[in-house]
Amino acid sequence: MNREPDLAATDTQEAFVAFERVQKSYDGETLVVKDLNLDMPKGEFLTMLGPSGSGKTTCLMMLAGFETATHGEIKLGGKPINNIPPHKRGIGMVFQNYALFPHMTVAENLSFPLEVRKISKSEREEKIRRALDMVQMGEFGGRRPAQLSGGQQQRIALARALVFEPELVLMDEPLGALDKQLREHMQFEITNLAHELGITVVYVTHDQTEALTMSDRVAVFNDGKIQQLAAPDVLYESPENSFVAQFIGENNTLLGTIKEIRNEYAVVELDDGELIDCKPVNVSKPGERTLISIRPERVEFNKERLQEGAHTLKAEVLEFIYMGDIFRTRLRVAGKDDFIIKTRNAPDQRRLKPGEQIEIGWLPDDCRALDA
Amino acid sequence: MSRLSSSGPQTADAPTPEDAFHETAALSDRDREPRHGAAADGPMLAADGTPLKKSLARALRAQKLRALALIAPLLIFVLVTFIAPIADMLFRSIENQIVQDTLPRTTAVVQDWNPDTGEPPSEAVYEALYRDLFLAAEARRHTRLGQRLNYEETGMSSLFRGTGRDVDDFGEANVETLEDLDDRWEEAAFWVELTSGEGGEGVVDAARERYMRLADLSSRSPLGDVWCAVKGVFAETCDVAPEDVDLGFSLSGTFAETFPRTAEAYAEFAVFMALEEGETVADDEPWEAVYVALDQDLRALSPEELAAYDGPNADALRAAQEALAEVPPVDFRAAFLNSDEDWADIDNWRTIQTYSPPYTTGYFLNAVDMQKTPEGPALRDADERIYGLLFQRTMFMSLVITFSCILLGYPVAWILANLPMRQANLLLILVLLPFWTSLLVRTSAWKVMLQQQGVINDVLVWLGLVADESRLIMINNQFGTIVAMTHILLPFMILPLYSVMQTIPPSYLRAAKSLGATNWTAFWRVYFPQTVPGIGAGSILVFILAIGYYITPEIVGGTTGTFISNRIAYHISSSLNWGLAAALGTILLVVVLVLYWAYDKIVGIDNVKLGG
Ligand SMILES: Nc1ncnc2c1ncn2[C@@H]1O[C@H](COP(=O)(O)OP(=O)(O)OP(=O)(O)O)[C@@H](O)[C@H]1O
Ligand SMILES: [Mg+2]
Repeated sequence: MNREPDLAATDTQEAFVAFERVQKSYDGETLVVKDLNLDMPKGEFLTMLGPSGSGKTTCLMMLAGFETATHGEIKLGGKPINNIPPHKRGIGMVFQNYALFPHMTVAENLSFPLEVRKISKSEREEKIRRALDMVQMGEFGGRRPAQLSGGQQQRIALARALVFEPELVLMDEPLGALDKQLREHMQFEITNLAHELGITVVYVTHDQTEALTMSDRVAVFNDGKIQQLAAPDVLYESPENSFVAQFIGENNTLLGTIKEIRNEYAVVELDDGELIDCKPVNVSKPGERTLISIRPERVEFNKERLQEGAHTLKAEVLEFIYMGDIFRTRLRVAGKDDFIIKTRNAPDQRRLKPGEQIEIGWLPDDCRALDA
Repeated sequence: MSRLSSSGPQTADAPTPEDAFHETAALSDRDREPRHGAAADGPMLAADGTPLKKSLARALRAQKLRALALIAPLLIFVLVTFIAPIADMLFRSIENQIVQDTLPRTTAVVQDWNPDTGEPPSEAVYEALYRDLFLAAEARRHTRLGQRLNYEETGMSSLFRGTGRDVDDFGEANVETLEDLDDRWEEAAFWVELTSGEGGEGVVDAARERYMRLADLSSRSPLGDVWCAVKGVFAETCDVAPEDVDLGFSLSGTFAETFPRTAEAYAEFAVFMALEEGETVADDEPWEAVYVALDQDLRALSPEELAAYDGPNADALRAAQEALAEVPPVDFRAAFLNSDEDWADIDNWRTIQTYSPPYTTGYFLNAVDMQKTPEGPALRDADERIYGLLFQRTMFMSLVITFSCILLGYPVAWILANLPMRQANLLLILVLLPFWTSLLVRTSAWKVMLQQQGVINDVLVWLGLVADESRLIMINNQFGTIVAMTHILLPFMILPLYSVMQTIPPSYLRAAKSLGATNWTAFWRVYFPQTVPGIGAGSILVFILAIGYYITPEIVGGTTGTFISNRIAYHISSSLNWGLAAALGTILLVVVLVLYWAYDKIVGIDNVKLGG
């Protein structure tokens, strides 16, 4: 197999879940998943992140056994599972809409996977109790799902997916329907639980904050392909292509041409003729068009904090937004007026005024030259 | 209700001289203003000082009235076409006024008769029957009563019809004596002179009311008055209401006192002439019953009493009394027996006595194969019981049909709910197709299919599964009814099932499988329970429709496959025993309501879903 280097390099352990050159087409005309390769070690929390329709759910469904791959192989614990029916795969699953059985009480819902495994009554009760306590829902065993709030239902769905102690749990946008506060709380609970129990989790979301805060690694999906698979900080700070850069976090982009590549830095000539220093990522030779990406919080307008000899750009302040913990300022830079900078709300921080002319700059390491 | 709002007009700023004007205005405003927050001091007040409840009610009233106006047409329609007929049916199943209306005097006196003596009733009862029957026969109402009583006791119909023909001739000898005595007795004018006067209105009014009840003439309702007033505007006239028709005759009070029977009979004659013939007593000599009544009255008076009578034509009356003394009094019992031996039959009289009250349980007893006996209600003989069997059969077959519909409809609904939209719609059209064909056509098609020389038998014979001489009998029996009705009622099962299944997301089944359930367990434990409301709704629909079905069993049911509704139809259109039909219908209604109630208790009616 000709694996992409970074997939194999992430760990030396035997892969617990493996997608090998998996393709999927629903209609025989378009590929929804194109050549998917993915290895997951045991105990990893991996998030699939991507825009709507990028094939995340499809991947999950193939893994759970509800869709068959058109091509390629999916392995679980080293064994191919293409021909194992879903109920024999032993994979816990939390559905986007929870899929709690409405005609059963919470306890009955949790009891269901144990009953079909023919576990004795006393053992069942013990496991249900423990699972409910785990998600702090011990009081609610007698309720119907309809009598629970969204967050409570979500926790029950989680408990149900975990109660039969699967080694692999799939979660498809489980927090999609919750409000911000509850979502953050649940994110915390889920990651905690996953680490405590040592289970392997494949988590699907299109909320990038969620992906960054929860996961060990994030797989950014687009167009049926994994664009980048990396740990959250790597993903954020070193996006490998312009899609990832733009999809993850807030990002300023400027178009330009590589003028020269010196040492590990490149000089880019912006379209209006200004020069800046960047770190080349997937550009190689001068003359190439490039999209450079700078995170708003890495932009500096205080000259004293800039490196000696760093290139600076002229900017005009268009808008100043007070956001409490940070200030968000919109600038016109190199003819584009959607350049954002973020500054911390500190006592000595200057509040820029619209109309002000300033100079901005950054460390060359923070400015990445990507494919255009 | 914060205190803040009650101090509303005042601001936090201290009052300044410039503010003084506004301040006082605000203060006086505040005095007039109701205290919004004063919950403890009485009801909440609205801005204009009226209680909040009242002003809310007023605000909603217009809205409610508009809503009511919108549904009014439907409400009226439902009341007129649904509630009223059902109420009428319920009423008819116990109503029995016809006996009292037709035989008012007989039913009054026959109550004193004790059937246990084994003797027919006394002469007084026969006399009362003569007077009732005479009037009823003239008005041609006696056959109706005969028919009614015939439901309870066979032979009553012909008894009344036969005697109705003869009743004119009862007391013939006495009538002739009177007529032979003096030609004037045959003159209408003479009778008018004899009876006319003032003060007998009570007798006439009673006669008029009796006749109106007998002939089913209703007095005009207030609504009718309004209608007539409207017609009057367009210069159209209404028929005069029966209670207002002018008789052209006024009864003398003294005559009525001295000759009560004659006065009564003559008053009835007068009413009959006016209401039925549109004439007056002056146009015709009175009917025989009046002569017989006069004979009775004259015999009841002593010559001295008669001498004291000083009305017109008193001399003729005295002569008549003398002449009639020569002939024996009318023997009513003999006259009736002469007309028909059966008038001595205790059972016939018992029937009349039992069914005298205006309301009866008789129809209901009949409907459950019981009858009234001297010992109270009792089951009929085994060979006369039919309704119990029919009710049982109706229930049983409706249940079988319901179950067949579930069995056949469930998979279809499932496929419908799981197919892609296009195919599902196509299939749905196929399901609905039967609705677009006439019920009669569909049922007749089954006749063609199932008969012994029909398509199915032909195919079976051709396949060699059935010998030609032993073709299956599949029509005109229960099997035929069940097959045809299952087919006809199937859509009523599929549609609610389909709409319920459509709302069950496939993720439930997937969740069950991901939790380790096999396909069957996932279906049985997770999918099926969620479709129960649909099964419930479909079953209620199918069962209730089946239990009252009529056309299909009538066509394909033969004798063993008919339902109770066929019997009801028979009583409505052929035997005309509407009371019994109403009682059967009422029982059917009660059975359905009880089943509905039981369903509610066991499954819960809020578990019934017809859709989303
Ligand atoms: N059952 C199906 N039949 C045909 N096409 C499908 C089916 N399910 C998904 N698709 C298509 O496959 C593509 C990927 O769908 P998928 O559900 O995997 O997206 P997703 O990444 O989960 O998106 P979202 O974030 O909106 O859930 C979409 O273009 C979708 O239209
Ligand atoms: Mg999805």
